Amino acid sequence: MTATLIALAVIFTQLSLVAFGGGNSILPEMHRQIVDVHHWMTAQEFSALFALAQAAPGPNLMVVPLVGWHIAGWGGLLVTSLAKFGPSSVITYFVVSLWNRFKDKPWRRIVQAGLVPMTAGLVAASAVIITVASVQGWVLGAIAAVSTVVLTRSRIHPLYVLGFGALVGLSGFGQV
Amino acid sequence: MNAMPPISTAAMSERESPTVAALFTGFFKLGLMGFGGVLPLARRMVVEDRRWLSGEEFTELLGLCQFLPGGNIINMSVAIGSKFHGALGALSALLGLIVAPTAIVIGLGVVYDRFSSDPRIEHMFAGLAAAAAGLLLSMAIKIVWPLRKRPVAIAIAAICFVAIAIFSLPLVTTMLVLGAFSILVTWLIEARKNGSRRNADLNAAAGKAESREG
Repeated sequence: MTATLIALAVIFTQLSLVAFGGGNSILPEMHRQIVDVHHWMTAQEFSALFALAQAAPGPNLMVVPLVGWHIAGWGGLLVTSLAKFGPSSVITYFVVSLWNRFKDKPWRRIVQAGLVPMTAGLVAASAVIITVASVQGWVLGAIAAVSTVVLTRSRIHPLYVLGFGALVGLSGFGQV
Repeated sequence: MNAMPPISTAAMSERESPTVAALFTGFFKLGLMGFGGVLPLARRMVVEDRRWLSGEEFTELLGLCQFLPGGNIINMSVAIGSKFHGALGALSALLGLIVAPTAIVIGLGVVYDRFSSDPRIEHMFAGLAAAAAGLLLSMAIKIVWPLRKRPVAIAIAAICFVAIAIFSLPLVTTMLVLGAFSILVTWLIEARKNGSRRNADLNAAAGKAESREG
């Protein structure tokens, strides 16, 4: 158990430090570590937990405490939350007082602009990894496709779309 | 503050310093309200409702939070908390923001663990997961679409995508190598633009080069 907690601490500390462009950019690495490297759960379970976290309010990455809890109970919850939210928050805490010194420097803008394509690639990778894991059969594919189009073309609240997916799923239509 | 006449609401310079407890409760409410994006709500609370910061101050802090690793709203809570009450304020705002969503998400997790063997519930979660995948896909489209006229940015995004989604390379390595490359390229493009601005002859040449690139 201690070994698991230490592994979780190491993984999520790393994730915390490279989470440029917000939460979803680290989803692929989280998936890789948890599913492929450590085999703590299947890809399907991971995407189900991600979906649950999307159905909860609050910041983007509430899948982090959920994953920690699922793998190692309350200790896991505490360790992953601390490791994920701690390091980046400590950096923010210290940099906030220095911000005025470098916010107008040209390199600040260049670094930020340079990270944009990375974020785009990472979020696209997240989307594909989660889609591959969660879409089996044409009905689930149709739910994903309709959700994508509706959420891209309209300003509808995401919760309605998640509710729609859950209801169509509950009907069992087209699922084995 | 409740009975404030409309005239003084226009005077946005009147700001109020929150207590440590107010930081906690303010971000606690935000954590409960926001679905799939807390940021617009955060601006409303911090700037308009509670007037802890001016609009410009908020935008400036947001710039910092987007620059640093970590979730924007998470960093925002730390930055705002520390601005008013140092480490204690930062901790209070951050905890306020995540405590309720964590409790809710664990509650959902308990339900999932308990009932995921029931085929109907299993189907429901499968549908939910498919819709959540759609949520991510649309987010990806919205982030990639604005880059469509910048071939260099698209190429870097594509390499990053292939490295992570197809070859499953570690994120830290990818970030160090490709991220550094991306920043370097951005800097070179920027430097060329600036150089061309200074020199009219070069300007024309750079314009040609840029149209070739485009």
